[in-house]
Amino acid sequence: MSILSMTKTLFKNLIHGPYTVLYPIKKKDSYENTRGKIGITIADCIFCGICERRCPTGAIKVEKLRSTWSIDRLQCIQCNYCTEVCPKKCLKMDNQYTSPSFDKVRDEYTSARVSNNTTNN
Amino acid sequence: MGKRTVIPFGPQHPVLPEPIHLDLVLEDEIVVEAIPRIGYIHRGLEKLVEKKDFQQYTYVAERICGICSFMHGMGYCMTIESIMEVKIPERAEFLRTIWAELSRMHSHLLWMGLLADAFGFESLFMQSWRLREQILDIFEETTGGRVIFSVCDIGGVRRDINSETLNKIVGVLDGLEKEFKEMTEVFINDTSVKARTKGVGVLSKQAASDLGAVGPMARASGVEMDMRTQGYSAYGQLKFEPIIEIAGDSYARTSVRIREIFQSIDLIKQCVTLIPEGDIKIKVSGNPNGEYFTRIEQPRGEVIYYGKANGTKFLDRLRVRTPTFANVPALLETLKGCALADVPILILTIDPCISCTER
Repeated sequence: MSILSMTKTLFKNLIHGPYTVLYPIKKKDSYENTRGKIGITIADCIFCGICERRCPTGAIKVEKLRSTWSIDRLQCIQCNYCTEVCPKKCLKMDNQYTSPSFDKVRDEYTSARVSNNTTNN
Repeated sequence: MGKRTVIPFGPQHPVLPEPIHLDLVLEDEIVVEAIPRIGYIHRGLEKLVEKKDFQQYTYVAERICGICSFMHGMGYCMTIESIMEVKIPERAEFLRTIWAELSRMHSHLLWMGLLADAFGFESLFMQSWRLREQILDIFEETTGGRVIFSVCDIGGVRRDINSETLNKIVGVLDGLEKEFKEMTEVFINDTSVKARTKGVGVLSKQAASDLGAVGPMARASGVEMDMRTQGYSAYGQLKFEPIIEIAGDSYARTSVRIREIFQSIDLIKQCVTLIPEGDIKIKVSGNPNGEYFTRIEQPRGEVIYYGKANGTKFLDRLRVRTPTFANVPALLETLKGCALADVPILILTIDPCISCTER
């Protein structure tokens, strides 16, 4: 009966239960390769600025004089280009997404060698 | 002759995922003419080659379209590689082919869901997208992204798939093939589905050929045109035949896409058995100088990439002729003489991607 061709699938679905993840209770695991946010080990950074020049969206800004490295999380497209070109391999891509935010804020990291640095040591 | 009425269709319409406007000239309930208007989502991506260097543009090229993103990246990279006369490693060619075929499957499954949604079969729509989810998971595991992959680069690919994961992919595809066979029954044999698709929007072989239709739209009308037969990437080493139907109606177009999904599964399996060991990328140095045309087969049809470089890191010109652009004249032909209620189905059967068309 061609009119009942969907029936088998429908009955299977009744027994199977939901195929989706019950989100707030159970969260989907990310894979090892999942593209997430870019992290930096600021102590290793030499502020060469290659990542800034190669970034397709201009999300990264490097200021050599102030010894800071900053990234606009909402501009970053998670292409992983910066981590590949980094000569010191101090950039790393996490497999967790950036959490949602209300404002466009630049995440700024200052070198540990700056004398009055109180944050990213 | 009845009274003529003009009905505006779109740019916002429940059946349209993306904005296109059609002025439908009706006589009673029958469409006699359709006048398209595009330009709602033009983003000037071709102009952007002047601002982004040729390596950065890979990521822009991927964003021309969300569904065939991998193939846009691949087409662009192939163009630049050909200009620079770079031969990429064979393993990279196979990996590109695997991802390209997975893209084709995910695009066709998405389209089948949208078609089911267009004729009001919500349950079938959900089932199609449930199957598509498995492919997206494979993408996320291998490339890191679900829709935009950023994995194709000039000189090869940026991520490898190890043999364990390749076997896992084959396992997933085996399961998917079995489940998809059940769903195929509904698209091919169900009375209500057939009533909406069979004999609707017939495009003759002559018209398809004259109007320059591409991809499944042309193949469903009996035009044997599949760019994969040219043997780019690893396709030259794989065994396959272009899938042809002769009826030229919406049912034939559905059928072509269904058979192409099975063909893609077969091609991926062939790739997994043939894939050689080796490097996945070679270092490319210098700037491109010259021009080149690349033609590759996307899920929606043939895409043409034209690149002209001048020896600096910025290209002079990049032109992308996308499949939907080529299929719009054929769509207007099929719309003539159809009922107003069939217009959404006919628009969907060309698998419209307006982002591609306008770039």
